[in-house]
Amino acid sequence: MTTDVINDQSEHDPHDGDHHDHKMTGLKRWLYTTNHKDIGSMYLWFSFIMFLTGGVMALVIRAELFQPGLQIIEPDFFNQMTTVHGLIMVFGAIMPAFTGLANWMLPMMVGAPDMALPRLNNWSFWILPFAFAILLSTFFLESGAPNFGWTFYAPLSTTYSNGSTALFVFAVHIMGISSIMGAINIVVTIMNMRAPGMTYMKMPLFVWTFFITAYLLIAVMPVLAGTVTMVLTDTYFGTSFFDAAGGGDPVMFQHIFWFFGHPEVYIMILPAFGIVSTTIPAFARKPLFGYSSMVYATASIAFLSFIVWAHHMFTTGMPLFGELFFMYCTMLIAVPTGVKVFNWAATMWRGSISFETPMLFSIAFVILFTIGGFSGLMLAMTPVDFQYHDTYFVVAHFHYVLVTGALFSIFAGAYYWLPKWTGYMYNDTLSKWHFWCSLVSVNLLFFPMHFLGLAGMPRRIPDYALQFADFNKWVSIGGFAFGLSQLIFLVLVIKCIRGGDKAPAKPWDGAEGLEWTVPSPAPYHTFETPPKID
Amino acid sequence: MTNGESQNKLSEQTQAKTHDASVKKTVKKLMLIVFGMFGFGFAMVPLYDVFCDITGLNGKTSNVAASYNAVSVDTERTITVQFLTRTAKGIPWRFEPMINEVKVHPGERKVVKFYAKNESVSNIVGQAVPSVSPGRAAVYFQKIECFCFNNQPLKASEDVEMGLQFYVDVDLPDDVSTITLSYTLYDITSSVDS
Repeated sequence: MTTDVINDQSEHDPHDGDHHDHKMTGLKRWLYTTNHKDIGSMYLWFSFIMFLTGGVMALVIRAELFQPGLQIIEPDFFNQMTTVHGLIMVFGAIMPAFTGLANWMLPMMVGAPDMALPRLNNWSFWILPFAFAILLSTFFLESGAPNFGWTFYAPLSTTYSNGSTALFVFAVHIMGISSIMGAINIVVTIMNMRAPGMTYMKMPLFVWTFFITAYLLIAVMPVLAGTVTMVLTDTYFGTSFFDAAGGGDPVMFQHIFWFFGHPEVYIMILPAFGIVSTTIPAFARKPLFGYSSMVYATASIAFLSFIVWAHHMFTTGMPLFGELFFMYCTMLIAVPTGVKVFNWAATMWRGSISFETPMLFSIAFVILFTIGGFSGLMLAMTPVDFQYHDTYFVVAHFHYVLVTGALFSIFAGAYYWLPKWTGYMYNDTLSKWHFWCSLVSVNLLFFPMHFLGLAGMPRRIPDYALQFADFNKWVSIGGFAFGLSQLIFLVLVIKCIRGGDKAPAKPWDGAEGLEWTVPSPAPYHTFETPPKID
Repeated sequence: MTNGESQNKLSEQTQAKTHDASVKKTVKKLMLIVFGMFGFGFAMVPLYDVFCDITGLNGKTSNVAASYNAVSVDTERTITVQFLTRTAKGIPWRFEPMINEVKVHPGERKVVKFYAKNESVSNIVGQAVPSVSPGRAAVYFQKIECFCFNNQPLKASEDVEMGLQFYVDVDLPDDVSTITLSYTLYDITSSVDS
């Protein structure tokens, strides 16, 4: 790479003595790297590989559900598919993609030379492939992979486990450790490495959302670690945390799990808010409307996420007071979320909007995420939740917020920063194809699931009653179309890395932020002397 | 190297040192949160039990025998108490209430019997775990004597009648007219042996 020498300054921080511009070659460069850009790229590639892996499992599920009856796979293998699909998409695709974006962009956005803890950064990435290797290796067990749902409710994961629990627990432990280390790195970087003059309220909203998300991770990933540890000891060491025979309580599992699980869903959406809050102002050519209200809304959502967990458990026989409390707290979240959606709309209002691919994904995000938000509000209402609980309505809801929400924002971010990463403009036609194919197919895939759920089709079943056949056929077609559409993205990214039109330092005229003040592709080392912020 | 340059270098080094110190401080604080929350996950177990004990949520009844003295009887009200039994997976016992429901006045003492038979060819220790529905009635359901306070060993083909003596507290909320008591029977042979 010719850009390696650009920032080669003679003075080096004595504590960063190993930060030379001459990288190691070959595999060693990637194994030993402490460079935030290298690690960011590895995170992004890893998450994309996991996204395709989890996607293939989703297609196995959809192939089985194409017609009523059992055609392709056994029910037990179907359960393994839904379980591992969920685990991989949550812990392997969405979360590492966000960590990758954070690694690439955060230091540049706050004007820091690297993450605060570069070696920890290397470690937190490199343990991830091992975690998923362990998880995927369970498919080669005689008894098969985890089949108790990604939520691993006791006693399904304890008393009735098929023998994969130990490996599952170890894998989740490693994923958790990786996330915690990544989150600590993000917080330490933001608190200690900002360029002089960048006060907290001058940070880009992207930085704010990752800051708050990292705190959520630090707070709840240890709870997940505790939960899986209890499942492990219940299964293999004779404890009775969740076993009523020994004085435990299986419902308590759900309380502890969802105490982690609900903040977890905001861990997967708050960074998405940060991304579209970056892209929408850039392509509307207006500053973000209501910056400080966005910061406070993000913080409120993070706080509220800790006191709504039992809305996942309305049907467990909670007392009326509990149901009302969790229902109202959940509906309260609609207020800060609404603030955000209206702020994005207000940012676009009378802006001079252009529809480059990152903006297309961002607008789709705002509309489709809002649909997911509304179905969430419907699920928040206790009386109707008794009907919706564990149906395809829930599946439709969380796929709207996670696929057209989190994933679409990741695409928006990837298209927005790809020129900065590779130094080349991507193929615009191909990117438009990717967007429109994804948009049409994703709605064909997930929208009919609302109707299926309302009509009473339960989730996590390999077979269904005949009246659901038509919708399921369309959903499966949408699923395969969406899966194939993602290959366009793969081709586009590879082409963009290999060449194309040279990208200027700032390819989007409305873009703001320090990352656009460095050349494209971003030099291996940036901001070794901090920039001045007014 | 001129004097000015070396001074610059020096101040850079001190800056780097203070920077390192503040990074370490932040990391330490964050690690405390991590360990604290890991502990909190486990602390939720006893906290949950205490919470359920106090409020009677979740239908958990007390594991301690209630004493029956100086209890007034409210003959104005009649409560239906229903009995349900089920056996957990893997325990080959017959286990059923000998009467499906009784009507009691709040404060009135009542004795009911449950029948259990070990239908297997091996000796098994069973443990019944009670649960009351609606959950908020649990704290008002007082067991004076219950087979569920102890485990129940049964030899192969042995059977037994097990007693439950209870009363319903007079403070039971007015809108509760039916209480369902459900027992689940578990095989705890392995944990008793060891």
